[in-house]
Amino acid sequence: MKNARAARTTIALKLGMAVSGFIFIGFVLAHMYGNLKAFAGHDAFNDYAHHLRQIGEPMLPHEGVLWILRVGLIVSLVVHVYCAVVLWRRASHARGTKYVTKKNTGASRSSLTMRWGGLTILVFLVWHLLNFTIGKINPQGGATNDPYNLLVDTFDVWWLTLIYLVAMVALGLHLNHGVWSAAQTLGWTGNAAKRVRAKRLALALALIVSVGFSLVPLGVLAGIITK
Amino acid sequence: MSHDTVMTADHDDAAGYYTPGSPLVDTKAPDAPIAERWETRKFEARLVNPANRRKLNVIIVGTGLAGASAAATMGEAGYHVKTFCYQDSPRRAHSIAAQGGINAAKNYKEDGDSVHRLFYDTVKGGDYRSRESNVYRLAEVSTNIIDQCVAQGVPFAREYGGLLDNRSFGGVQVSRTFYARGQTGQQLLIGAYQALERQIAAGTVAMYSRHEMLELVVADGKARGIIARDMVTGEIQTHLADVVVLASGGYGNVFYLSTNAMGSNVTAAWRAHRKGAYMANPCYTQIHPTCIPVTGTHQSKLTLMSESLRNDGRIWVPKNQADCDKDPRDIPEEDRDYYLERIYPAFGNLVPRDIASRAAKYQCDDGRGVGPEVDGVRRGVYLDFADAIERLGRDAVENKYGNLFDMYARITGEDPYAVPMRIYPAVHYVMGGLWVDYDLQSTIPGLFVTGEANFSDHGANRLGASALMQGLADGYFVLPHTIRDYLADGPFEPIAEDHPAVVEARASVEGRIEHFLTVNGERSVDSYHRELGNIMWEYCGMERTEDGLKKAIDLIRSLKDDFYRNVKVLGSAETLNQSLEKAGRVADFFELGELMCIDALNRRESCGGHFRGESQTEDGEALRHDDEFAYVSAWEWAGEDAAPVLHKEDLVYSAIEMKQRSYK
Amino acid sequence: MNLTLKIWRQPDASSAGAMHTYQLADVSEDMSFLEMLDVLNEQLNAEGEEPIAFDSDCREGICGACGLMINGDAHGPEVTTTCQLHMRSFKDGETITIEPWRSEGFPVVKDLIVDRSAFDRIIQQGGYVSVNTGSAPEAHSVPVPKEDADRAFNVATCIGCGACVAACPNGSASLFMGAKITHLGLLPQGQPERDERVVNMVAQHDFEGFGGCTNIGACTAACPKEIPLDVISQLNKDLRTAIRHGH
Repeated sequence: MKNARAARTTIALKLGMAVSGFIFIGFVLAHMYGNLKAFAGHDAFNDYAHHLRQIGEPMLPHEGVLWILRVGLIVSLVVHVYCAVVLWRRASHARGTKYVTKKNTGASRSSLTMRWGGLTILVFLVWHLLNFTIGKINPQGGATNDPYNLLVDTFDVWWLTLIYLVAMVALGLHLNHGVWSAAQTLGWTGNAAKRVRAKRLALALALIVSVGFSLVPLGVLAGIITK
Repeated sequence: MSHDTVMTADHDDAAGYYTPGSPLVDTKAPDAPIAERWETRKFEARLVNPANRRKLNVIIVGTGLAGASAAATMGEAGYHVKTFCYQDSPRRAHSIAAQGGINAAKNYKEDGDSVHRLFYDTVKGGDYRSRESNVYRLAEVSTNIIDQCVAQGVPFAREYGGLLDNRSFGGVQVSRTFYARGQTGQQLLIGAYQALERQIAAGTVAMYSRHEMLELVVADGKARGIIARDMVTGEIQTHLADVVVLASGGYGNVFYLSTNAMGSNVTAAWRAHRKGAYMANPCYTQIHPTCIPVTGTHQSKLTLMSESLRNDGRIWVPKNQADCDKDPRDIPEEDRDYYLERIYPAFGNLVPRDIASRAAKYQCDDGRGVGPEVDGVRRGVYLDFADAIERLGRDAVENKYGNLFDMYARITGEDPYAVPMRIYPAVHYVMGGLWVDYDLQSTIPGLFVTGEANFSDHGANRLGASALMQGLADGYFVLPHTIRDYLADGPFEPIAEDHPAVVEARASVEGRIEHFLTVNGERSVDSYHRELGNIMWEYCGMERTEDGLKKAIDLIRSLKDDFYRNVKVLGSAETLNQSLEKAGRVADFFELGELMCIDALNRRESCGGHFRGESQTEDGEALRHDDEFAYVSAWEWAGEDAAPVLHKEDLVYSAIEMKQRSYK
Repeated sequence: MNLTLKIWRQPDASSAGAMHTYQLADVSEDMSFLEMLDVLNEQLNAEGEEPIAFDSDCREGICGACGLMINGDAHGPEVTTTCQLHMRSFKDGETITIEPWRSEGFPVVKDLIVDRSAFDRIIQQGGYVSVNTGSAPEAHSVPVPKEDADRAFNVATCIGCGACVAACPNGSASLFMGAKITHLGLLPQGQPERDERVVNMVAQHDFEGFGGCTNIGACTAACPKEIPLDVISQLNKDLRTAIRHGH
């Protein structure tokens, strides 16, 4: 190939997905930590939410750090989704004619649900931002500027909890393959032992994140977290 | 040609089947002490100016070790190379299946090896029927091959110190065999393939895969090109050049069942033979004793297992025919005949390949073979590891032979740890091939032949791990030097596509294809091939006799006749048509098979892979007759209905003394 | 045993193909899968129908010529090549679906035969060490640690059959490429061209229309030579290194 450039290859796209994916993992872990504050009660949770907006003041304006993080996340999202779409299209083209019968021997369920699972998470993300960040819609008609109460009111509605839990299953599956896949893409799994380790780490992260996030709505439903 | 100078022996079994021809001499090997011949020849062979090289066109047919290495090397030198293979990729050539290793006189083990010893072992192994100049050169360049392959990244087995490991192979007393587990052929071929692909990318070599050479173009006495069929579109193409190299492999598939690849064939060599290239020693066939037996008439090929199995396995058959279909574990010790240990107490199960093979045949002919009956006969003998497992433990046996046992289990569905393996001999390699001189040039000027396709280095039998050595020696280090002496006279006057030689060659190809597609008979090509193979195996296989060979010639002639009248080839010539491809190959196998029988008939002696029932000692060992048969039989095609002409090249040994072998 | 065979038939690259159903009786379990097809072809030839075209050559599992999608698995239910698969892996009365490899990079030539020359073109982009004949130094001049040599051998056993591409839901040839990159990358001889090799080979891979790898692992499960996923990690790492080196 004349003038082949490493940055224009499919592997470069995968690297883009891996790096942006790791940024998301950092984000969800921090987010989950914050959510779990709900078990500490109304004030602790709201103080935490409030403090997030004050980090860096007075050097930075109000919500300064939050916006830096938000921009980083938006860029990661664009990169992650762009690379996924390009690779998805390539893959569909690469297997233009489908098999009449095809088993995916050796493939895990997580690995085969990355694309539709990712899309599910994306849709949920929009819903979730409308629910808690942009729209701040309280389905019970209660306070919207009180994060703790908004949370409890939301998860008191069974179908909202259900949507949330489904999304957490999708996130768990996505992470279970995504973490290992990112490690592999970054070239960290050059032998069988490292591969096993990466897969275990992926499973552990997937479980921690999906269970960790699910504890709060389940806590609300179970009456542990109340107003 | 003058046909009146040759005497025939008193009892010439082949009298009437051939015409005696004039003696043949290799004029290219310099008249120097054996150790200086190659250096002398390299110096004397004229050079081609680098600027002229790109004006010279070279055609190479075949991309195995001999072809791919030659194409890469000629491409690097700057010649304009076109290379052809029938497979979809040059990487599939059957050199890839070689398991054991490659010999080289590196003497890394400091165990007394040397170029001279490798030379000596090879000549001796070939039962003194090879040309000593060629063999010496082979031993000489063997060391360069290892250097070259290592530099290419061939992952040979290494010792803990990081240096190359060697093992002893094929009954020689020094460790000179370099290997890459049991896949040495694969690794060497991939190395040559990569070197070839590098030249394709560089534009010096044009690759024509899925192309089959169907005719040689000989114009004004020189090989000037080939007619090839594009196997996908069916297009008949003319490719012209200054020189043609055949590296098209061996013809073991004349036996239908062999360890060769399904597509291995003689057509390229045979078409050249019909155009004037002599075929030398066609009857020399190597039969390997440890292959997996045939299971039924559906069998399409045979699989070899390493001979190393005979180091620990014991070979036996039941003493009584009545026991042949019993579970072997139920046959008591006293009812088993460990026939090799009985007949050859000194060597036992480790007797040479041909003796082990023949002994197995005798047991089965005697009705004491085991395994499934195919055409009414059980062709198999037990290779039993029960004693070895008891002596060494299952783990030790598994460590040593695990991969072979797995392969056996996969193919047969039987567990060799529990039930004795069954083995039977199979055709593995042919030492015969187109006659070449020291320059590897055939009797047609401008036609060079390398690798298994030529006859030059192995005499009547080939040593283990020497096939890979010869293929790469020819391609990397010999041909590129010798061919330049011929090319120094080029570029030759261009010939046009309407040159009578081209027109004739194309017409011949088209006529044959047209014929096969219009016979519209009753029988498939494969059924004829299978029947031809049975005849060859029965009468021109492990043991040949005058009566048997004469019968075989009659059978082949009538089968060939029937083939041309009754074969059924469906489909068209304009698409990929595998039946059509096979029809052309089988047609050539008929003619080759007949010549092999005539050659075997002429050679009323036993040597190497050729065993004549009439020429054995009282103990049934091969008996050579150096006084009568110390010659290469080079056969000239005399026409469709004429007897072939035999030219003899006398074998003269100046650096080695001829000896008779004994294994008792 | 008796079998129902559903087989893809397509006269040539430009024509449309379709699945055809054939009945085959008296199949022996000792037959290899391809011998079973040979028997079917004999039957078809006798009935006046053109035999089914499929690739095979060595029939001992090493040349890489054969390769069929059998009941949705590349090379069938066992970890081996199609030619080494035997009928004892199937049941009497079974229906077997046989399709060619499906990939943009492997267009169908006829029936079950595909064109895998894309693999050769990928190798042409750097799957070699640039060393001319005769210019090699003495073989013992550069020791190679045994561990590296053994591992290089293990991944160099790739036979180029294309099962990895056929099995991959993305139609990616990363396992094939990774095997070569890892083989040459482990040896001192492969170092000088390491960056160019990976960049050019991957660029050619993409150009041929193969998909990107998403580390699913179907390739390694289908690989008859059991090339491990490690090689894809190594491939990715080498490309990342090449980016860092400014390629």
